[in-house]
Amino acid sequence: MDNRVVITGLGVVAPNGVGLEAFESALRAGRSGIRFDRELEELKFSCQISGKPQLGEADIAPYFSPLELRNFNSKGIMYGVIAGMDSWKDAGLPLSDNEEPFWDYGLVFGSGTSGIDRFREAIYDIDALNVRRLGSTVVLQTMNSGVSAYLSGKLGLGNQVITNSSACSTGTESLLMAYERIRSGKASVVLSGATSDSGPYIWGGFDAMKVCTYKYNQEPEQGSRPMSSNASGFVPGSGAGALVVESLDHARARGARIYAEVLGGHVNSGGQRGKGSMTAPNSIAVQRCIREALLHAGVTANEVDLINGHLTATAMDATEIQNWVEALDRSGTDFPYINTLKGMTGHCLTAAGSIECVASVLQLHNNFIFPNINCEVQHPEILKLVDSEKIPRETLNRQSRILIKASFGFGDINACIVLKKYSESDA
Amino acid sequence: MPNENLINRLKAIVSTYAQNKEALNSINEETDFINDLKINSANLVDVILDVEEEFDIVIDNDAMEKMLTVKASIAVIEAKLSEK
Repeated sequence: MDNRVVITGLGVVAPNGVGLEAFESALRAGRSGIRFDRELEELKFSCQISGKPQLGEADIAPYFSPLELRNFNSKGIMYGVIAGMDSWKDAGLPLSDNEEPFWDYGLVFGSGTSGIDRFREAIYDIDALNVRRLGSTVVLQTMNSGVSAYLSGKLGLGNQVITNSSACSTGTESLLMAYERIRSGKASVVLSGATSDSGPYIWGGFDAMKVCTYKYNQEPEQGSRPMSSNASGFVPGSGAGALVVESLDHARARGARIYAEVLGGHVNSGGQRGKGSMTAPNSIAVQRCIREALLHAGVTANEVDLINGHLTATAMDATEIQNWVEALDRSGTDFPYINTLKGMTGHCLTAAGSIECVASVLQLHNNFIFPNINCEVQHPEILKLVDSEKIPRETLNRQSRILIKASFGFGDINACIVLKKYSESDA
Repeated sequence: MPNENLINRLKAIVSTYAQNKEALNSINEETDFINDLKINSANLVDVILDVEEEFDIVIDNDAMEKMLTVKASIAVIEAKLSEK
């Protein structure tokens, strides 16, 4: 029989809060982590605001040895290691302090690019005919699986250790991959997460594509406006989220606190057919992904209490709502509550799904629904589909039982996961 | 001991990478970087780069391969210094 799968640890490094306490307080207060970005201004970006986790040297030092910090310049690895180690500690799991790794504990940690600033330094060195001066750290910081390598070494993981990479659906996909590995009995604990570097060399390509907003450089906190009538593009963000995923049996045996149960999910692709393209979703595939996720989770559309959407603040927001409406066959006042974190954090790209899954689990566990900020006037196309009250602008103290979360990515790919509030009587 | 000065300068460099701090404190000519100091083999290239910087010398690939102990490293450093 398949294992039941639960979430027992959380860690987060987000633009509006580092650590669970700061993050949850920001969620409840609707606090933005978007700030003016002088570096982007100096480099003449159209969009000069961004979401970056606020970390000082003292915050970083406990997670790395002085040797590791020598010539270290990979923000993605930094964010991922902090979030991952925090989630492990939050789950009450030990570090392997002997010669033997934990054979049943693994990791799926997503990344889009790794250490782009370190990569840039290396390219300058190489072009100056100084390849021999690179030292030993370039490969470890710039290989896409660098974050997984750092984390697994610190924790002593002996099961599968892998980095997934699926554009902006990466984080949600990593949770689903962890779920599947535990459900099938191949591991008892899997650390899931995703991380995304900060800075101009990550964001420049998006700025050039004109998908980022350039209208709020003077009002950074108002810049990210998902579902609003004057949404004008996303705000680039960064950070990392991490979730410890575990079999219910293993969690109960060690008396772990259980945040939520993962009921199931689905990933698919629109194949860049129909209205799908490299950058636009095939809505048929999105709807199919949502329906398949529910089917796999054994949940009917009517049971869904809360949707945590992808909703980035581009023209695609209305299309996404339309897809939810059709996939769930619910609309108007019958539509579930829906929210998106991106109003507060911007679009954290590769890490978005993981940070948003952490926010989703916190809502389920602590009985609240965080507000959609900068959405004072909702988009008219959206209001034709769902009732205004279903897009809360204030924090609601409200218990949800079933939450569905989706992330979509370039390449026309989709990931959708169904989470359930956990109560002891379920066991 | 004529090499004491060199050993001390070398000690300052390898202290960044040595995982066995006891062996570092009793460093001498016979000390082996990997077996005694427990320096990760990947970090040996970093030791070499630091040595180049400290002594303002360039160490070629052949010499680099020999630098696994304090004694061998000192020999390489002295040879390169004498070429200057």
